[in-house]
Amino acid sequence: MSLEGKIALVTGASRGIGQAIALELAKQGATVLGTATSDGGAEAITAYLNAAGAKGQGLRLQVTEEGACEAIVSQIEKEFGAITILVNNAGITRDNLLMRMKDEEWDAIMATNLKPVYQLSKAVIRGMMKARWGRIVNIASVVGATGNPGQTNYSAAKAALFGFTKSLAREIGSRGVTVNAVAPGFIDTDMTKVLPEEQKAKLVESIALGRLGDPQDIADAVAFLASDKAGYVTGNTLHVNGGMFMN
Amino acid sequence: MENIEQRVKKIVAEQLGVPETDVKIESSFVNDLGADSLDTVELVMALEEEFECEIPDEEAEKITTVQQAIDYVSAHLSK
Repeated sequence: MSLEGKIALVTGASRGIGQAIALELAKQGATVLGTATSDGGAEAITAYLNAAGAKGQGLRLQVTEEGACEAIVSQIEKEFGAITILVNNAGITRDNLLMRMKDEEWDAIMATNLKPVYQLSKAVIRGMMKARWGRIVNIASVVGATGNPGQTNYSAAKAALFGFTKSLAREIGSRGVTVNAVAPGFIDTDMTKVLPEEQKAKLVESIALGRLGDPQDIADAVAFLASDKAGYVTGNTLHVNGGMFMN
Repeated sequence: MENIEQRVKKIVAEQLGVPETDVKIESSFVNDLGADSLDTVELVMALEEEFECEIPDEEAEKITTVQQAIDYVSAHLSK
């Protein structure tokens, strides 16, 4: 699954799933640009890539800043060349019961988890079309398919990615660009560490494999979809959830 | 150096995969040359590269024939 010579952009790469994806793509030979919301986060990405002997670096990207997504793509293209692998991974949660949800909580999710997917995809497509090869992988979530109380905002944005993935896959398939989603289940990261133990135990009961997932499980799925081996897979969602949800 | 008309026609033929002889000045990309909407976007990208200019989306949407492409390029190259 060599990704030698490919330029990959992974958003939200400072920790958790994004970090595992960045490292895995780098291991497959890609030059990886990973983004974080702070300079410190970007430096940490550069550090772990260097430590792994990988090509690439961390960059600061605040996806909600006007024009930031377009700017980072053109910066990378000038310095490194056309991005042919885009992994839209950056995401946040702002959980609340709908009856208590604030507009800010709803808007923050849409602005961080959904709009940048549109903006970054749009910005990289030109280079992918010219290369007649491209991979866009959107990191969705099992809750986009199953729903989850307290996550109307998050699950709505994640479900939106499924539709986006399918439509864009149809738009640019003829140019050798595939667009897929990976929907992680319950993965052991900072995002899920905040859940109460009781809720975690109950969740694990619903997982066929009886355990939480590891960020590497997601990274492996992304690396597959980014590779030539997945050249005939597009518009699809790969559910990586230990059998928590089967569609 | 070929003139603008020749250069535009050549790009249109290459991008849309049609013989250059089929590319007439009045040809419509979609109606006469079989382009789909994505082809027209790519065609504009190719024109931008050939003539080293940036064609804004609002302008790009108005370029639907060979003549319009030549007109656009001529108007913006002379500046």
